Amino acid sequence: MPKYVIVGASAAGIGAVEAIRNIDKDGTIAVISEEECPQYSRPMISDFVSGKATFQRMMCRENDFWKQHNVEAFLGRTAKSLNLTEKTVLLENGDKVPYEKLLLATGGKPFVPKMEGSDKEGVFTFTKIADAERLAEKLETAQSVVVIGAGLIGVSVTEALVKRGLNVTMVELQPKILSLLLDAKGSDMMESIIRKAGVTIATGLSVQRILGKPENERAVGSVVLTNGEQVPCDTVIVAIGVIPRTELAVGTEIKLNRGIVVDNYMQTNVSDVYASGDVAEAFDFTLNQNRLLPLWPLAVEEGQVAGSNMAGKKTEYAGGTNMSSLKYFGIPIVSIGIANPREETGFEILIRFEPEKNLYKKIVLKDNVIVGITLVNDIERAGTLFHLMKNRVNVKKFKRDIISDNFTLAVLPASLRKNMCLGCA
Amino acid sequence: MKRIIANEQVCMGCGLCEVYCTVQHSKSKDIVKAYNKEKPRAISRVRLEVSKPISFAIQCRNCEDAPCVTACLSGAMKKDPETGLVTHDKDKCIGCWTCVMVCPYGALKTDISGKVVAKCDLCMELEEPACVANCPNRALTVKQVKK
Repeated sequence: MPKYVIVGASAAGIGAVEAIRNIDKDGTIAVISEEECPQYSRPMISDFVSGKATFQRMMCRENDFWKQHNVEAFLGRTAKSLNLTEKTVLLENGDKVPYEKLLLATGGKPFVPKMEGSDKEGVFTFTKIADAERLAEKLETAQSVVVIGAGLIGVSVTEALVKRGLNVTMVELQPKILSLLLDAKGSDMMESIIRKAGVTIATGLSVQRILGKPENERAVGSVVLTNGEQVPCDTVIVAIGVIPRTELAVGTEIKLNRGIVVDNYMQTNVSDVYASGDVAEAFDFTLNQNRLLPLWPLAVEEGQVAGSNMAGKKTEYAGGTNMSSLKYFGIPIVSIGIANPREETGFEILIRFEPEKNLYKKIVLKDNVIVGITLVNDIERAGTLFHLMKNRVNVKKFKRDIISDNFTLAVLPASLRKNMCLGCA
Repeated sequence: MKRIIANEQVCMGCGLCEVYCTVQHSKSKDIVKAYNKEKPRAISRVRLEVSKPISFAIQCRNCEDAPCVTACLSGAMKKDPETGLVTHDKDKCIGCWTCVMVCPYGALKTDISGKVVAKCDLCMELEEPACVANCPNRALTVKQVKK
């Protein structure tokens, strides 16, 4: 009987396998994965679509990762249901996989809003390599694409399409693009840069209907926006975001909110059952509450925490927060935590804005602790600021320096320098 | 594993660590050519951190639980289980800057191509890392630490 069973083989599953093997070299591990291919980086799908990365390049672990880690891999198999009393996972073909410790790392699936015509040929989502392969094939002959969603995923796919020389219209329900990552000023900067690249941006709107072609009703011919405007296109990409794949937990004792509810050890309310990654609601240290944060680095880390705990090494998750680095349209951006605080709630904001350099820095403080970092076009010190934020360091003494070009580790108080710099005197 | 240790008490802030790191990572490995001929100039993997009167040089610490390795989207950053070193595979790197976002030390920089990161490799091919060997005041030394 496998000691550890992991459902899902992406970021959280990988993190868990690596963490388990750091502690337990021999305990049997079984991984159940719907996809048959080796581990690949989902955030790199836009690079695949643009033609920059081959699948080979997207492989984020060695080809023989399962073998190296002595894992029994059930590839191309779907977990259908759980029996928490019997401690088994039922597969689609009727096989039962028993477990001692179970990790649900089932991830998310693309959110597709209800739209008339969303079943037409030429409508794509964007999370799996199989989707990306179909999309890349379609793009060989495509000319005009409507991208629904102008968040991180929407912007990444839009850049890929622009690199392929396609006409792109981005449609975003919010009044601003990248609204979860940037404030109005940052968003406007990026909007103008993306427009300059030839992209049409429609904000405050969504797609109401997808219409067919006059000669072929089944194939995408245009979309109708909520303001009645009709945008001709041959391809629609839905890039709004992901929703957690909680199917296995539905109808069981496992506690669900929007995702699977876990404690700081990534354990669910059911003993020996853990959850990590996009399916789980893990701790956000900025908001001081658990929530969905479907981000690759956090999924790996949560998987590591679950794996360590499953293997008997008690490990607490320090928490993550909404954090992304972007590399699109030639402008590096880092956004961490709160980008848009509501004014009345006692935040202090440090701003540096130099539009001629496309430079924008905004640090949000609460009681002299960093709670939000936005860096546009100069991100070199992002990691140090993130460290100060995560460790709730009081920055009062060097506050003025943190958005200046003079901000270095040498600015930090002696005790902090010593503590931080691993052995530096 | 080797770790380079900075002693800010004796660092003069001369910046020769950055100079010799640049030379070591240049094409020619010749100081005159590296600075005057090679364009763009190679990137120093070590940073001299200055806030007068304090100065010290810092480069990748090869952290035990390296946040850059956990966060890396492409698998370019790895922790070598044998040597303990954090290695960076340029061919796998996609320049997403996620490692930059999580490195407390600012030890990851944008390479001259602007498309991948550059980090300290401890000059494994040399007897002693270039920054340490050329530090005139012995403010940088190599210490053997646990992985």
